[in-house]
Amino acid sequence: MKRLLRGGRVVDPANGIDGVHDVLIDGDRIAASGRDLPVDGASVVEIPAGFVVCPGFIDMHVHLREPGQEHKETVATGTASAVAGGFTAVACMPNTTPVNDNANVTAYILARAADANLARVYPIGAVSRGSKGELLADIAELRQAGCVAITDDGHPVATALLLRRAMEYAGMFGIPVIEHCEDPTLKGDAVAHEGYQAAALGLRGMPGACEALGVERGILLSELTGTRFHVAHMSARASLRAVRKGKEMGVRVTCEVAPHHFTLTDEALALPIPYDTNTKMNPPLREAADRDAMLAGIADGSVDAIATDHAPHHYDEKNVEFDRAPFGIVGLETAVPLSLDRLVHAGLIRLPRLVELLSVNPARILRVPGGALSPGAPADITILAPDLKVRIEAASLRCRSKNTPFDGWELRGGVAATIVGGRTLFVNPHAAVAV
Amino acid sequence: MSAPAQTQDPTRTDAPPPVTALRRKDLLGIAELTTDEIALILDTAEAMKEVGERPIKKVPALRGKTVVNLFFEPSTRTRTSFEIAEKRLSADTLNIAVASSSVVKGETLADTALNLEAMHPDMIVLRHSSSGACHLLARICRSAIVNAGDGMHEHPTQALLDAFTIREHKKRLAGLKVAIVGDLLHSRVLRSNIHLLTKMGSDVWVCGPPTLIPADIGRFGVRATSDVDEAVADADVIMLLRIQLERMEGAFFPSLREYFAVFGMTEARLRRARPDAMIMHPGPMNRGVEIASEVADGPYSVILEQVANGVAVRMAVLYLLAGGVEHEEAA
Repeated sequence: MKRLLRGGRVVDPANGIDGVHDVLIDGDRIAASGRDLPVDGASVVEIPAGFVVCPGFIDMHVHLREPGQEHKETVATGTASAVAGGFTAVACMPNTTPVNDNANVTAYILARAADANLARVYPIGAVSRGSKGELLADIAELRQAGCVAITDDGHPVATALLLRRAMEYAGMFGIPVIEHCEDPTLKGDAVAHEGYQAAALGLRGMPGACEALGVERGILLSELTGTRFHVAHMSARASLRAVRKGKEMGVRVTCEVAPHHFTLTDEALALPIPYDTNTKMNPPLREAADRDAMLAGIADGSVDAIATDHAPHHYDEKNVEFDRAPFGIVGLETAVPLSLDRLVHAGLIRLPRLVELLSVNPARILRVPGGALSPGAPADITILAPDLKVRIEAASLRCRSKNTPFDGWELRGGVAATIVGGRTLFVNPHAAVAV
Repeated sequence: MSAPAQTQDPTRTDAPPPVTALRRKDLLGIAELTTDEIALILDTAEAMKEVGERPIKKVPALRGKTVVNLFFEPSTRTRTSFEIAEKRLSADTLNIAVASSSVVKGETLADTALNLEAMHPDMIVLRHSSSGACHLLARICRSAIVNAGDGMHEHPTQALLDAFTIREHKKRLAGLKVAIVGDLLHSRVLRSNIHLLTKMGSDVWVCGPPTLIPADIGRFGVRATSDVDEAVADADVIMLLRIQLERMEGAFFPSLREYFAVFGMTEARLRRARPDAMIMHPGPMNRGVEIASEVADGPYSVILEQVANGVAVRMAVLYLLAGGVEHEEAA
């Protein structure tokens, strides 16, 4: 069964394509891409003018919460959220209950993903057993079971020695070590960015240096071991400085930034809702100079990927005192509108660069399929409606938890449709496309 | 106090009607108060102070109103002060302390508040160890929420009683040099006082070891220094903040002995201030740590006046939140 996506603007930077192209899908694969492809018996899908056809977006940092925290999210609800947000694949963090530190848990997640049959799911395994920072997890077994990277996300790897060992060991399999960068002693029991807002609200603060120390540690150890090191959810300007320096020196370091860190600052702690627990995440919303640095890094190429750090928490868990609430917000269904509005329409980057950040580079870092609309590649396709007026409504999100600070936001640009393995899994009713 | 000019000539655009009530549901902090509202509370407190000096210390202003004092942190001074204020206004009062509450059974703050709400109190006076706890309650409760201290955020009635005490002595707040010395980082009293005094035109200096000075303190409109002599020089008011023993464990300073040597308020240091300088402390005091006993008990000290004025100021706040003159006229 062939389908020809005709007439859209195709942005496929890995193949150097940005222009009106046709894309031919044959079953679950891309068959061809080019100008004025012959119909040749395929059903024709006319892509409306102004819509953009991209290789499927890959969110390399989500928490699907299953197994063990199904009241927050499941693989099924999380991947439904992913396809509604334009993501054809997600990489899920191992801080489930139990921790994904062995092949059984990995297999369980993959089985749940197969049941849901929505976005592709790439599990990320734990660095240490139980993510406790003592003994290494069975990394070969995790790799064999399908894990594409390792991390103790939620926390940094406990010691420099263990991180070094993990890097050396993971080097065997060519997988990167992803690090939640933070010096826990400097963080203490902080709940916000250390600055004027935290001081005024009486919240314990952690400085940007707390994150940058972890970034510096990882870069030094990556240089020592040669293993690829990926900085998760980078938020501080000092971290970006360290990453730039590391890249200049040839260290194999990459980094991701979450949409909330390039959109919001710590002023959101006070306005419009003071002490809104949906503005509490780790790393925290930082001051304007940090937010602006993230934007600059996205614009100049220092930042490799946009990843959501999608972190669902139940309403009851968030409806408590600020310092008692868990860290994190959901992000899968807000990432594309925020990116189009704040990055592309703001004039900071063009669409090919956005596709690098959301598709090409995540695929490259995790070494997973995707990132290009090449013949023979899986037919994972995200179609954007860049000028669609989008209104974020927390209650309407597909994910199980609705913890977002963007409720009621009106943004320019959204997802028109999401195709995974040739199957159309999401069509936006507000965008006129019938894929 | 006069009634608001409700039938004001619409063509008159000069003077706004006099502020005679707090047109807000809650008192969460000083940060959101206008200078008019602060002045109204302080003026009203003067009348309330007079009530406390009568042989029969009771007025019917809050008769039939129910006030819940919900205290999640131990407090003697503030809770007692609120309770006396409520009783002098004829409110029905109810004290809930953390040890006897259902919180120990794992109930959330929101559920505790909603259960209290179901019994239709008019006001909840809340003391809580989490900054922003009062904001949470204010969002979900119909009752007026009065902040009696939330975490490291604000303690608005303390700042109001401090300002009231200063005004009694100095007849003004504008232009006074006020030096606040101690643990600035963890102090809700500091934050409320900074907001109030800077709004009212005082020249506020804050002083403590750099480890205990909040980030970006300059944006609060105050001068910060770790040189206590500089802070105290020519000060009209010196306000000391409590130093907690456990801060040593956080390595904020090496020892109480060293703290006293570097920052403790002694008679020798006091000589750099103005001759009529006032010494204030929100309590409870650590004698020999932030303040020498000779200073605490000396002629400049107004520490017990602060306690006395706390009742009058809290009466004023409760009265004005309940509607002030407008409420009384309606009744």
